[in-house]
Amino acid sequence: MTVHVRPTDAKKLIRGATGDWEVVIGMEIHAQVSSNAKLFSGASTAFGGPPNDHVSLVDAAMPGMLPVINRECVAQAVRTGLGLKAQINLRSTFDRKNYFYPDLPQGYQISQFKSPIVGEGEVIVDLLDGESFVVGIERLHLEQDAGKSIHDLSPSLSFVDLNRSGVALMEIVSRPDLRSSEEARAYVTKLRSILRYLGTCDGDMEKGNLRADVNVSVRRPGEPLGTRCEIKNVNSIRFIGQSIEVEARRQIEILEDGGVIDQETRLFDPGKGETRSMRSKEEAHDYRYFPDPDLLPLVLHADFVEGLKGHLPELPDEKKARFIADYGLSPYDASVLVAERDTADYFEQVAKGRDGKAAANFVINELFGRLNKDGKDVTTSPVAPAQVAAIVDLMAEGVISSKIAKDLFEIVYTEGGDPRVLVEERGLKQVTDTGAIEKVVDEIIAANPDKVAQVLAKPTMLGWFVGQAMKASGGKANPQALNDILKRKLGI
Amino acid sequence: MTALNQLTLTEAREGLATGEFTAVELTEAYVSAMAEARTLNAYVLETADKALAMAAESDKRIASGDAGKLEGLPIGVKDMFCTEGVRTTAGSKILGNFVPPYESTVTAQLWREGAVMLGKLNNDEFAMGSSNETSAFGPVVSPWRRENDKAPIVPGGSSGGSAAAVAAYLCAGATGTDTGGSIRQPAAFTGTVGIKPTYGRCSRFGIIAYASSLDQAGPFARTVNDAAILLRSMAGYDPKDSTSVNRAVPDYEDAVGASVKGKRIGIPREYRVEGLDPEIAGMWEEGAQWLRDAGAEVVDISLPHTKYALPAYYIVAPAEASSNLARYDGVRYGLRVPGRDVQEMYERTRATGFGPEVRRRIMIGTYVLSAGYYDAYYVKAQKVRTLIKRDFDDVFALGVDAVLAPATPSPAFGIGEKSHADPVEMYLQDIFTVTVNLAGLPGISVPAGFSCKNLPLGLQLIGRPFEEETLFSLAQVIEDAAGRFPVEDTWWVE
Repeated sequence: MTVHVRPTDAKKLIRGATGDWEVVIGMEIHAQVSSNAKLFSGASTAFGGPPNDHVSLVDAAMPGMLPVINRECVAQAVRTGLGLKAQINLRSTFDRKNYFYPDLPQGYQISQFKSPIVGEGEVIVDLLDGESFVVGIERLHLEQDAGKSIHDLSPSLSFVDLNRSGVALMEIVSRPDLRSSEEARAYVTKLRSILRYLGTCDGDMEKGNLRADVNVSVRRPGEPLGTRCEIKNVNSIRFIGQSIEVEARRQIEILEDGGVIDQETRLFDPGKGETRSMRSKEEAHDYRYFPDPDLLPLVLHADFVEGLKGHLPELPDEKKARFIADYGLSPYDASVLVAERDTADYFEQVAKGRDGKAAANFVINELFGRLNKDGKDVTTSPVAPAQVAAIVDLMAEGVISSKIAKDLFEIVYTEGGDPRVLVEERGLKQVTDTGAIEKVVDEIIAANPDKVAQVLAKPTMLGWFVGQAMKASGGKANPQALNDILKRKLGI
Repeated sequence: MTALNQLTLTEAREGLATGEFTAVELTEAYVSAMAEARTLNAYVLETADKALAMAAESDKRIASGDAGKLEGLPIGVKDMFCTEGVRTTAGSKILGNFVPPYESTVTAQLWREGAVMLGKLNNDEFAMGSSNETSAFGPVVSPWRRENDKAPIVPGGSSGGSAAAVAAYLCAGATGTDTGGSIRQPAAFTGTVGIKPTYGRCSRFGIIAYASSLDQAGPFARTVNDAAILLRSMAGYDPKDSTSVNRAVPDYEDAVGASVKGKRIGIPREYRVEGLDPEIAGMWEEGAQWLRDAGAEVVDISLPHTKYALPAYYIVAPAEASSNLARYDGVRYGLRVPGRDVQEMYERTRATGFGPEVRRRIMIGTYVLSAGYYDAYYVKAQKVRTLIKRDFDDVFALGVDAVLAPATPSPAFGIGEKSHADPVEMYLQDIFTVTVNLAGLPGISVPAGFSCKNLPLGLQLIGRPFEEETLFSLAQVIEDAAGRFPVEDTWWVE
């Protein structure tokens, strides 16, 4: 992979008291592998359940217990690597990261320090303005999650829940290629989308199944990288953005006051909107990494990797390109539609055999708007793709106007039913019968001689007549026909 | 008639099969011998009731023709093996009264074949030691004593309880573990046969870990044939241990008594260390002659990196131990000494729970893995390990079938004689045995002579990976020539 250097983008600089600053961000994403069993034990990975319910003897680090690698977790890591267009390392090794903590039963975490299963790759990130950029992936490795310490059940004791202990995580390490909180949010959003497409991580940040350690530093444009601070365990995309903003500001203030940044680990407090020091470099653990003697090197056959490659789903980037090519969508619309696989599938069911643009417009503006209002998404939509497709067809056939389409959609959304039948039953058909429109127009002209005089002097007044005629026709008059007739009758 | 507990395992198997005595009778003989031998401190837990119940079941299976390969044979278990429902301590205070809800694979295989569990055998704390003096349960006393000297002698370590119990007729055979010589050295000290098989031959599942890349289970027995019988049932692939090897287990008994004609035996010149006890050197030469007499060809070989083995071992083993023993933190099981906060609880628990030798090795291991020292110590030791393995590969490539060497640099020493000295003096006990663990090879210790003070001495045979059969054939030649080494005086019976 060629090392690309992102040029400084003036738009993304942060203005300080003494000039502009560039923020540089790299991220370590911890993504919980979607699998039935833990990384080195047969215990369930199901979320919830009473504390210490999904704990095997291995997870509790009972004496004499040994880890045995879970094949499916390995496959998921490889799939993810392929999805990140990354180097798959056919030989990787597991190391022990040693430290004491009550929710770390073994006294060490099994991780991949020296030889990770996945090497360099990349993620193409799309921004809202249609711009896209590449974030380099340095590596992806497999590791065990720790358990959970619970401190609020007793004034004098802490409790430990080992349900998470030993669950497989993928740590995905990016290069410091991000230059704003917006970019960081877009990167995590895109990475999450890829993981969800692959089915290798559900991306559920509320459950902690996707967390980020965010490395932030600032520098004057063009200067070498500044000292970074690592913000640990940020668990929402919004907080990722906020933590970067406040951390960059904090660092800029220190530097502008003539101070220096201490390399340290910090925590983001969303309540106070600040980051706080967790431990300094001096207090950093010496993890005493060494190869785990209980596990042999993980050696993959090229056939195994090829087999997984052959069954990868279409990923967001390819899907976006196809939507642009096949349905004539704008890059922006295509990005919106491919962000979630379910959404893209829904759109395709609507768009198949129709005008893609019209389908996209309706899905994005009407369907998504309505679902958002109710806090729903396409998987919980009360309107099926076939119903949306029928509405789009009715518009294309000129049976209903786009305004009526909105009303019809609302009826389908709240009451259900076949849009074609509803159009008939509720008399929503567009009036294209010029005779009927002429009759309405004649009546309005006759009833409003003052307005006729005004429109003759000022043709933009025509809109008033259009409105009146539409109102009189219950919105069903064909707008083009109405316009033509009005102009002809008024002689303008 | 010989007391039932003094029969060899092979003889006892025969007696049970022919109905000469029952498994209950055999077990009762051991149970009473154990009760009379508490002075030796070989057992840390006797499970007489369980043993008699298992023996009664064995008698039923023998009667119904469903006997397993070890049916009714009473076995002692080193306390490094987790035994379901039976307290397991690793010879340490830190495990407290830990009762595992699971069984180690090796012992499960023994019970599946009908063996009877007599109890748990003493060992150096977490198998760290060469004299069984580091056990939280106190030292094991060897059934052997120097001629005209009542001073207690160590049985060796770390499997001192296993060695002493087998030698003193307190079990028909025993399990041991060997990380740097913990089977072969105590076998040599007690006139018993002990084999450490190839790394990966026996499952480590359920064995309390000392140094995972070196630990291997193996049997102690009173004869080569007995050891062959036991290893067959202990060995085998286990999907629960990623380092166990999926390879068929041969019937090792077939190899006992097989001809060794044409076998090439290497005598490594680097094992002729300065200050080697002359009586050990003499026994070594005698052993070579016995093998020559049996038709083997004895050649001089070189294992050039031998001198680096001991330092490398005392880096790799403590490094792994420092990590393996991190789980004993007072949080989930075993000892907990409360403190003001979790940090203090950790410190107090571990300071109280671990003995000085274990603490020393944790400190050494932590040190050699720390930032700035890792490359100089751990990485270098791993390189040495590769070179030691290569030394053996090279001689095997020259057609050498097995290497013959002493098992120990000296006969057994007295309790307390070395335990207060420089720890390195104790570490030197492992000088002939650690290479085998570092290279992952099989090694057997077989009694071959007496010291001038009438203590047994052992020879060690080192084989190619997974060629334990060759070792059994060669060891039998030595046993035939040297004779057996039964303890004559059961002085401990009051």
